[in-house]
Amino acid sequence: MTEFTLKDRMAMARQKMPEQEPVERRGNFTEVNLGFTAELAVAEAQRCLMCRRPVCIEGCPVGVQIRDFIGLVAEGDFDGAAKVIKLDNSLPAVCGRVCPQEDQCEGACVLGRKDKPIAIGALERFVADYERLNGIATADAPPVSTGKSVAIVGSGPAGLACATDLARLGHDVTVFEALHVLGGVLSYGIPEFRLPKEIVQAEIIQLEKLGVTFTTNAVIGMIDTLDDLLGEEGFDAIFVGVGAGLPRFPAIPGENLVGVYSANEFLTRVNLMKAYKPDAETPVYDVTGKTVAVFGGGNTAMDAVRTAVRLGAAKASIVYRRSEAEMPARNEEIVHAKHEGVEFRMLANPVEFLGNEEGVLTAMRLQEMELGEPDQSGRQSPVPITGSEWVEDVDMVVVAIGNSPNPLLQKTTPDLEQTRRGTLVADGVTGRTSKHGVFAGGDIVTGGATVILAMGAGRRAAVSINDYLNTGEWEIEPEAPLVG
Amino acid sequence: MFNILEARDLAPGVRYVRVEAPKIARRRKAGQFVIIRATSDGERIPLTIADSNAEEGWIALIVQGVGKATKTLNRLGAGDAIPDVAGPLGMPSRIERFGTVVSIGGGVGTAIAYPSAVALKEAGNQVISIIGGRDSSYVLLEEEMRAVCDEVYPTTDDGSYGYHGFVTDKLTDLIEEGRHLDFVLAIGPIPMMKAVAEVTRPHSIETVVSLNPIMVDGTGMCGGCRVAVGGETKFACVDGPEFDAHLVDFELLAMRNRAYAGFENTRLDEMDQECDRPQLLPVVPGGSA
Repeated sequence: MTEFTLKDRMAMARQKMPEQEPVERRGNFTEVNLGFTAELAVAEAQRCLMCRRPVCIEGCPVGVQIRDFIGLVAEGDFDGAAKVIKLDNSLPAVCGRVCPQEDQCEGACVLGRKDKPIAIGALERFVADYERLNGIATADAPPVSTGKSVAIVGSGPAGLACATDLARLGHDVTVFEALHVLGGVLSYGIPEFRLPKEIVQAEIIQLEKLGVTFTTNAVIGMIDTLDDLLGEEGFDAIFVGVGAGLPRFPAIPGENLVGVYSANEFLTRVNLMKAYKPDAETPVYDVTGKTVAVFGGGNTAMDAVRTAVRLGAAKASIVYRRSEAEMPARNEEIVHAKHEGVEFRMLANPVEFLGNEEGVLTAMRLQEMELGEPDQSGRQSPVPITGSEWVEDVDMVVVAIGNSPNPLLQKTTPDLEQTRRGTLVADGVTGRTSKHGVFAGGDIVTGGATVILAMGAGRRAAVSINDYLNTGEWEIEPEAPLVG
Repeated sequence: MFNILEARDLAPGVRYVRVEAPKIARRRKAGQFVIIRATSDGERIPLTIADSNAEEGWIALIVQGVGKATKTLNRLGAGDAIPDVAGPLGMPSRIERFGTVVSIGGGVGTAIAYPSAVALKEAGNQVISIIGGRDSSYVLLEEEMRAVCDEVYPTTDDGSYGYHGFVTDKLTDLIEEGRHLDFVLAIGPIPMMKAVAEVTRPHSIETVVSLNPIMVDGTGMCGGCRVAVGGETKFACVDGPEFDAHLVDFELLAMRNRAYAGFENTRLDEMDQECDRPQLLPVVPGGSA
């Protein structure tokens, strides 16, 4: 390998990931980002300064040994790089695609000071894909059993991360999923063009090889309560990672008209039930040639509007009540949406949906907003401008203004303490809840957040669950955080 | 996979399907439902649990073949299996000692009302059952109802069997005869449930209906099943499916249930064409029919 000086490395250009052309991808559901080639990956990895104190790792919620794996990529040892990543991240092909790296590892990268941090996400993705596509993924052999069993409720990112670490420690892990497909939001929420479902399934197969048992169609809280799991089912501990799955609606007239969807329903029909395929059994509102408005400014809103474009909408817009600067969506998603022809309409908010005598949506009444004082989130709050309302035609609306925690589990578990917002009360580090033997993490604790934060919570809880299983002690001093 | 233990016709296009599901059989209460998929690429559809046996480990579903998913399910028989059954879902029926209650079932709705009628009887109520059907072939579960109810009145729209008239006509008769009614449970087509609500409203008889909106996940995640009850948006899957009949917006429910009528017709046409072909697509366990 050529030796580069620090100066050489700093002079190199950040490699750009190839992607499908917007004109082309508007008409298909295949992945937008195409991934680095081996040459691009090596070239990008060679830019890494190999910092003595790699701050990028501090930016990673699961503490991937970023410097080490990038060093191996630079040497062309992709297999070795994959092994390093998997020490800390059980879903690298997923995280390489959907993590907000710009706010985490890449946001911390010292090269970022010159506005060109190492493309860590793209490299992680490359390594994970290389391993999968070349069939070299060797799952760890299931370790010697500890004889302890853990029930994981929910097969989304938090549950899968927790399951991995516990299985590696030799615990007997069973994951319960309410739907007929595993993966939680990775399967029903994030679209195929951003996260192909075969990748999610491939990562789950790795966990099965590790000895994790998966049970679908198991709606915990209904078929078994948490007490049943700890009691007659004989589990020694439970991790609750059920996510925040109850869609919020704006509580305005007309929100129940046909043609008004929650983002969850729209995306579930298209992703989980494959309604984008012509022969699908599950229908979705036909938007071919129609006008679609998506309300919200997060990644889910971007997923929904870009899905509508692919389903053939003639006009698809994001309608957001603040300005673009306040949008919580990743910049990459916003840019991709714009390139695909999505119109961004800022400082507008719906006040009413209007329909015909058949109960079908035909129009929406919007009002103009302006930015006022900062609110609790620290962002300037949107304030309606009086007398600014107008009506315009629309055929389909998707409401993507966030989710509340699903109360299904709490209803049957009264001793599980929750906040006024309906999230579970759990220690931020250990994940321990008010109920003996029950841990929780991910969106059910934090409210809607990201895949990687949920995975971080799942991993921290796994450490704490392991301690609990080994010592039997429930009341403990908070653990040191896993990362940073 | 979930094995089908028994499947037989109850009425034209209506099947009784008994499915092996030991855990659901143990947990379920009257009024709850399951979400099933009849084939590995099938739609998720909600079906109310009509009966169960915890010891033998089965649940019974009464399936009216209206769309592709239900018609596919209705082509299966004993020995076949279906890939997914999730439940029990929804809130159980409110079972109390009300006094005199009327259980009204319209068509396949009778099968859904049956477990609640049993539970209401067990709770010490005087139970009157009105079983409505378009004609005699749609008067379901009369024998079963007679075994648990104090009085049973079959009614038919065409007068081919029992009382000639709608279930609401029989209900009105009971009220006009001066019978004191404390509680009414009505399950059937939307126009029937709406009509029952209008009969009992002026008499302030507490009335509950079981709603059947379109659902996807059945666990509160999609919000597709939202209904308006007393001006508030509710999710039928987690807040229901039973609601106060006097507060339900039935027009909205009917309109929302028509959302995919066009799509469904296309799928049914395709299905009919497939049937015309000689045995190209045999019914196999879990396969597509």
